[in-house]
Amino acid sequence: MSSLKAKTRQTIAAYCFMAPAFVILILFAVIPIIGSIPLAFCNYSVVGQTKFIGLDNFIRAFNDPDFRIAIVNSIEFILIVPPLQILSILLAILVNKKLPAISFFRVLYYIPVVTSMVAVAIIWGFLFDANGAINTLLMNWGFISEPLGFKDSAAAAMPCIMFITIWQGLGYYMMLYLAGMQSIPAELEEAAMIDGANKFTAMIKIKIPLLKPYIWFCTLTSLISAVGVFDIVFVLTKGGPNNATMVINYYSYYKAFNDYEFGYSAAIGLVLATITTLFSIAVFIYGKKGGGMTNDE
Amino acid sequence: MNSTIAIKKSTKKKTKKAGSMFFIYLMLIVIGAIFAGPFLWLFITSFRTGANLYDLNLFSGKYSFDNFTGVINFMNIPQYIINTLIITIGAIALDITFSSLCAYPLALMQFPGKKLIFALLIALMIIPAAAGLVISYLTITYMHLLNTFLGCILPCSVGSFSIILLRQAYLGIPKELMDAARIDGASELKIWSRIMLPEIKPTITTVIIFDFIGNWNQFLWPVIVLQDPGKYPLATALQYLNGMFNYKFGYIAAGTIISIIPVIIVFLIFQKNYINAVAGAVKG
Repeated sequence: MSSLKAKTRQTIAAYCFMAPAFVILILFAVIPIIGSIPLAFCNYSVVGQTKFIGLDNFIRAFNDPDFRIAIVNSIEFILIVPPLQILSILLAILVNKKLPAISFFRVLYYIPVVTSMVAVAIIWGFLFDANGAINTLLMNWGFISEPLGFKDSAAAAMPCIMFITIWQGLGYYMMLYLAGMQSIPAELEEAAMIDGANKFTAMIKIKIPLLKPYIWFCTLTSLISAVGVFDIVFVLTKGGPNNATMVINYYSYYKAFNDYEFGYSAAIGLVLATITTLFSIAVFIYGKKGGGMTNDE
Repeated sequence: MNSTIAIKKSTKKKTKKAGSMFFIYLMLIVIGAIFAGPFLWLFITSFRTGANLYDLNLFSGKYSFDNFTGVINFMNIPQYIINTLIITIGAIALDITFSSLCAYPLALMQFPGKKLIFALLIALMIIPAAAGLVISYLTITYMHLLNTFLGCILPCSVGSFSIILLRQAYLGIPKELMDAARIDGASELKIWSRIMLPEIKPTITTVIIFDFIGNWNQFLWPVIVLQDPGKYPLATALQYLNGMFNYKFGYIAAGTIISIIPVIIVFLIFQKNYINAVAGAVKG
């Protein structure tokens, strides 16, 4: 009897401890996500009456030429950025050496990761400017005779966005791969070398298979952030010039906070959230199946 | 005869090793220039006045603090710094208090619904926050928190990431410690504040660092919630000023340097905590 009472008391105590955090999470995380589902089926905006319109928002999206451009741009981004981010493995191999001052370089490569996207965009915006350092350099070296437009030209704006994204993210993935490499016992590699393997085969045969959970995690993380790319577009190009850098996530934001078409924006956001969530579930299931990433029980 | 060959061989090996060392450091420095070069360029540029600031010729023109005094006097930077501090400290305080309270029963108490709550927290981490932007905005509007710091702070305060990180820390506390406290008959709140909280100090430091960097750098939510640019935090204000005064590049450069220095200092001091937590994310 008294033990049952103690149990109830503990349950009450537990929920009291969690209550303040729950209030905030429910208000600003749970309700916004769940609430955007019905919103996607309404024509809610600042003007006019809100009505349930079924799948109209989704049908409209697939006939919307601007949304099509956004999809094409997003796919382009997804196909190019995450594969290039795998290069961070090479960076991790480079800094995984026991050399004097090596941690200085690790930290140096990580600095773009902790810097705000606004600062990053301001710096690269000026470097890529028509009178900026990169154009000056290219002209001095005789590669070009007239300044390139970079972020202001329809052809080059997207590559600029991609470049800056990769530049800012490489240090993050490098750090993850480095952690992975340092978790591999050194004896394993040494044993392989004694057996006659050279450094390269030791890497391919021993290191890469053991790094698999890290490669999987990093690839999916970069895939998910590529699907949702937003910040850099918002601060550098706002989708322009001429929709050249319009991506799905920015389009959803633009529809809500420029055109105040909240229902339509929610529909686009829902498509995006579904794609991202499916990717994430894939990581999670893989982890549970012995990918070695989740040890929580 | 044999020994001379051996000596020759070893010197050859040594020069080869020195050569490859040279090559490795050359690569490290070149890559370092790609990552840190743009910051260095901005840093030097922020002290230059008079010359064409866009160009690469860093040795023309004069060096002075004019850009810094200029941006501080004309663009109200101190006000933006105060705004940033209010938002950042407010969000950190709420997150540390509520998340460390919330993580405690999730780690060390038995109660119905525990597994479900934990699963929901992980789901919240997976689902992209951008999906809920519109409804968060409407919620803030209904709460009459539009254009207030509180409206800026609340949605960005408690995060499921902090709760999960802190729960992991509580799990590392020896059980005997808690049992001993229970036998003494102390209340749960007392056990938590006197015994448990001090035990997880290192993880609290980690959460503070993550929150500091995240909140100091955030710019999107403030644009949505705050209508008065005078209330903007530094990052948002820079974006705004850059749009309006980009001909004053020296000022913008100095303002940007002011905005990134605190984050870089905090990162440099606490890099070990920070990097361990990032690397732990793959496992945890």
